[in-house]
Amino acid sequence: MSERERIQKQRKERTSKTAEEVSVDATKGDQLKADLDDLLDEIDEVLEENAEEFVRNYVQKGGE
Amino acid sequence: MAIAKVLGIETEYGIAGGPDSDPITSSSIIVNAYAQQGRTRINWDFEGETPDMDARGRVNLTSFAPIVETHLANTVLTNGARLYVDHAHPEYSSPECRTPREATLYDVAGEEVMRRALEIANQSLDPTQAITLYKNNSDGKGNSYGTHENYLVRRDLEFAHLIRAMVPHFVSRQIVIGAGKVGAETEPALEHNPSFQLSQRSEFFEEIVGLETTLKRPIINTRDEPHCDAERFRRLHVIIGDANMSQIATFVKLGSTALLLAALEEFGPEEFPAMPRSPVHAVRAFALDLTLTEAVACDDEKSRSAWDFQDELWHVANNYVRRTGADVVADPDEVALILEQWREMLDGVRDNRDAVADRVDWVAKWRVVSGYKVRHGLNDRDAKLRAIDLQYHDLRPTHSLAARVGLRTLYDDAAVREAVHNPPLSTRAYFRGQCVARFPEEIVAANWDSVVFDVGEGPLQRVPMLDPLRGTHALTSELLETSASASELLAALDR
Repeated sequence: MSERERIQKQRKERTSKTAEEVSVDATKGDQLKADLDDLLDEIDEVLEENAEEFVRNYVQKGGE
Repeated sequence: MAIAKVLGIETEYGIAGGPDSDPITSSSIIVNAYAQQGRTRINWDFEGETPDMDARGRVNLTSFAPIVETHLANTVLTNGARLYVDHAHPEYSSPECRTPREATLYDVAGEEVMRRALEIANQSLDPTQAITLYKNNSDGKGNSYGTHENYLVRRDLEFAHLIRAMVPHFVSRQIVIGAGKVGAETEPALEHNPSFQLSQRSEFFEEIVGLETTLKRPIINTRDEPHCDAERFRRLHVIIGDANMSQIATFVKLGSTALLLAALEEFGPEEFPAMPRSPVHAVRAFALDLTLTEAVACDDEKSRSAWDFQDELWHVANNYVRRTGADVVADPDEVALILEQWREMLDGVRDNRDAVADRVDWVAKWRVVSGYKVRHGLNDRDAKLRAIDLQYHDLRPTHSLAARVGLRTLYDDAAVREAVHNPPLSTRAYFRGQCVARFPEEIVAANWDSVVFDVGEGPLQRVPMLDPLRGTHALTSELLETSASASELLAALDR
């Protein structure tokens, strides 16, 4: 099998797997709520220590 | 007939820190850090750049041509991307990709490129001067920077039809793909005193159509700089979009827009929902309305909410797929995934937001912001909430909130690592990236539509790549593999 065919085959397999992975089931909402609670429990460890200063100092020049 | 929707995303990253807190210096440090770790010290070639050319075919004297800053760090990567300093931001422009899914991969690869650049740069900086990068679009103080999508469209597609068909999508798609924002920062939005908006960018748009990107931002940008054969192609430069942390949001942003452009090329604008009478009002009002019920008056005397627009547009895309297969956008599996995800996200934001919090950035962010606010009894203006907003987009794994909210992915880490180094196979980016990887010493410059070689004898030699669908793996891999040197490659190309 040529390199190109192999890569295309892999891509194909990945595509169909993704379709299953991203389907939503009914219990997902509950799980997401529990996950959010966990995140809110530990978020202070991740947030910048001085939120006020962090937010004030984040100044950008416009771009594009 | 619709043509292949070659596409890609350019992202300007927010930047903080650095030796003297100067964003231009810090951006240069980031780009140079990455360029110097590999074989990527290749200059950008500005031949063919015409950012002040207007698609409407006349020069608008009130507009300002973007400044091309030739002296700033600017390089081409082995994956075919461009990494450079644009104004005061490091920017990653993805290589040209053949499908929305592939373009999503190369957008995510850009995050990884920036993350690696950050790591290398910070190794040589004092910890108090460490640089941080954010994949977002505003600083919360009235300054915005862009995430621009690019789509290949037919040159003979009437620009008026493009405006007529696509404005409804560009004002309404934020309900599915907006990245969310705490508060407001421009006068018209501040009047409403919102605690949260759907989009980072919406409040910055002031015109329906125009050439500018940095002021008086237009919903439809007319920059006519095709970077390919201008007789056959146009590059639609879409400046009205948020940087997404959700891979599936990026995929749906690209996929929905590509399908609609193909439907427009194939069948014309008649099936599209009517334009809102005041598009600028619509895009801002929709951003401010978390209930998704606000409706605006349209040219056909009906009124529509953002959700109504998206629902009609989904059906336009779906009809196009049913009638043609949409192979100009992607293979059938991928096209089905675009329609499925777009539909689920659209229904989810209206009926069950928790169910799409793993895909819709604004929902994911809003849940954290409102959850934190309630838990700690904060008011809407608390700096902590703005900090959460910023850190949602922080690229550092130690600080990223997007990495902690349970977003689903399309690609695993191994695929992203591959894409950091290797170009897509089915566009000219393959040839560009391979040349950079194989002959870094002989390439003096490259850009989207050519590679310039210096093989030591004779004049510099430019290899033009005016068709984005030539220079692919299928067409050039054998040539590249059998050429031991740049001279051999050029000789073979001449034959």
